[in-house]
Amino acid sequence: MAGELLSVRGLRVSFASDAGSAQVLDGVAFSMKAGEIKGLVGESGCGKTTLARAILGILPRNSARIESGEIRFDGRDLLGLPEETLAREVRGREIAYIPQDPSTAFNPVFTIGTQIDDLMRFKSPLLRGGTDDRQGFFNRYPRERRAADRARVLELLRLVQLPNPEAVLRKYPHEVSGGQRQRLMIAMALLPEPKLVIADEPTTALDVTVQAQILKLLKQLARERGAAVLFTTHDLGAAYEICDRITVMYAGQEVEEAPVDGFFGRPSHPYTRKLLDSLPTSEAGIRGIPGEIPRLIDPPPGCRFHPRCDRASALCRAERPAPERIGPAHSVRCHHRIGAAEPAG
Amino acid sequence: MSAGDVILEVAGLRKYFPVRNVWKRRVGWLRALDDVSFSVRRGEILGIVGESGCGKSTLGKTLMGIHTATAGRVVFEGHDIARLKPHQSRRFREHLQYCYQDPGASLDPRWTIRGSLHEPLIVHTDLPRPEREARVREMLRAVGLPETHLDLYPHEISGGQQRRVGLARILTLKPSVVILDEPTSGLDVSVQATILQLLLSLQRQFGLTYLFISHDLSVVRLICDRVAVMYLGRIVEIGSTGAVFTTPRHPYTQSLLAAIPVIGGRRVTETFALEGEPPSPTNLPSGCRFRTRCPKAQPLCAQRDPPLRADWPDQQAACHLAD
Ligand SMILES: Nc1ncnc2c1ncn2[C@@H]1O[C@H](COP(=O)(O)OP(=O)(O)O)[C@@H](O)[C@H]1O
Ligand SMILES: Nc1ncnc2c1ncn2[C@@H]1O[C@H](COP(=O)(O)OP(=O)(O)O)[C@@H](O)[C@H]1O
Ligand SMILES: [Mg+2]
Ligand SMILES: [Mg+2]
Repeated sequence: MAGELLSVRGLRVSFASDAGSAQVLDGVAFSMKAGEIKGLVGESGCGKTTLARAILGILPRNSARIESGEIRFDGRDLLGLPEETLAREVRGREIAYIPQDPSTAFNPVFTIGTQIDDLMRFKSPLLRGGTDDRQGFFNRYPRERRAADRARVLELLRLVQLPNPEAVLRKYPHEVSGGQRQRLMIAMALLPEPKLVIADEPTTALDVTVQAQILKLLKQLARERGAAVLFTTHDLGAAYEICDRITVMYAGQEVEEAPVDGFFGRPSHPYTRKLLDSLPTSEAGIRGIPGEIPRLIDPPPGCRFHPRCDRASALCRAERPAPERIGPAHSVRCHHRIGAAEPAG
Repeated sequence: MSAGDVILEVAGLRKYFPVRNVWKRRVGWLRALDDVSFSVRRGEILGIVGESGCGKSTLGKTLMGIHTATAGRVVFEGHDIARLKPHQSRRFREHLQYCYQDPGASLDPRWTIRGSLHEPLIVHTDLPRPEREARVREMLRAVGLPETHLDLYPHEISGGQQRRVGLARILTLKPSVVILDEPTSGLDVSVQATILQLLLSLQRQFGLTYLFISHDLSVVRLICDRVAVMYLGRIVEIGSTGAVFTTPRHPYTQSLLAAIPVIGGRRVTETFALEGEPPSPTNLPSGCRFRTRCPKAQPLCAQRDPPLRADWPDQQAACHLAD
């Protein structure tokens, strides 16, 4: 498809543990266009981070297994690429990652400046197509490139509105606040001029005021730099703020996908509806979703949401619904979606 | 005891933490609570909101005696307990309970849920075992957990269920006032909603008064009768939830409210203007502590620290310029 940057098809990932094998991604289909901001929304444990890590090729080797599926990014089949190529050309270069817990993203014993230097040494956009690419690891960092990279770093730190960027570079990670660390993460993600930034719950740990600042920045910079953003969150309000399109996942299956207006204007999967109703800002008052997310070691058959769904029928227990197109770019996987014409009789 | 009489009164409460250099010498004070006054009426839910680091947990812990107050009064059911050591105040504080922000911190991973629920009764009462067990089962039922959970360990239950156990644990002591510190932070919205429903039903069932600490204004709006907004160790606005949310007087409250995403409404990312983060509580600005971020600041604000002004019905704000 024209303009498609990322396409994930039929992705199945399982985790092995003492208790058995957990089917954490169960045939996920997911796609992104170049330059768009796509929200990946769902309760914790639904597989957002696992999908992000699968795309980056950083699932834990000893426990995770990709059973089937395809991940195509910018014309390449990522699952078919050798690890060395992924590390050198894709990860941290074409696809940047802002991990869920920013405190683990920095090494506490080096200054922030040292860590950014390291990043730029190997992932600078100036390296693209350059010949020193391969021996980069043993080479010293060429002086001209280092100066150009430094200028680029400072420019970006100013863009993310870090007060006094030169001083920040001399600090250690624990010396900056959570909000400042997140600004740094955004700057570092954008430095290599990636085509895709994966931001995993980038504002979950922040106050609303700082969240508003960070979301604003992420949206504005991604647009200016032409990067697509995969934004995972369990907060529908945050998704509303910056996303062009939204995909909802439940227990390892994507259940609804829509452009942001259609998504909030005409939510069609019962799970989406219930998520919206449980927001504290919703007019429905206080309404939770009864029950808990299923254990993925023995997940319910068919649609995984059926044990908590008040529309569930025998069909839902037997068969996982296929995606149904119900509007421009709006699709839903539900046998009894909201708003469907009720069958006669 | 009529509904609405004052059950807890806090006046001029301060909690300063020493700031020490590498040689352990004190080089200054961190003013985590800096002259806080308010009162709580029996049966109400008072929300305490503000950005992280503004002193909400310190307030809760100082009321509980987990921290000793630097100055000020805390009158609970007629006794000033602010300066009492924990062992002196235990008999007063049995009916004042603090529910920790992190349920992991109050549940011992080596104990079964039954062990965790019996413990406060063993410490605070001389109930014989069968009566303790009956009380424990009653409270477990009240928080909506099956009795089979008594034999499980904390790691075997979900985050939402851990919160329920944390609540059951403090309810075993039959408190009158419960300080809930971020009772839903880190929970998914769907679980959060069920916990909020539970809190409201427990409040009715046991006639509880809540101090509801949260950084989530949407939640506070939903369940609190009154709300106090804190900034850098001080209450900058307090009033009925309706008044504070519909006509916020303090520029800080206005900014906080403007940061909440409203689905279908204007996008906060297009309108939000508050910049930066709060300055350090070890080095407070002169005059009004919010002036360094305030869009309306005037020279006067750097000179004089504004007191809480009771200039509006059901609402007070500490701002020279609010009207
Ligand atoms: N390293 C791992 N080993 C075993 N199970 C894991 C691992 N990482 C994640 N899981 C399981 O995979 C499921 C999805 O987790 P995750 O992708 O982190 O969800 P989310 O990011 O949506 O909260 C959860 O049930 C989680 O317990
Ligand atoms: N035990 C302590 N020792 C020193 N400083 C503390 C201690 N507890 C909290 N503080 C400081 O007091 C201020 C208020 O913290 P806290 O009450 O935890 O805020 P909140 O709960 O609103 O996030 C912060 O600056 C924090 O660093
Ligand atoms: Mg995650
Ligand atoms: Mg706190």
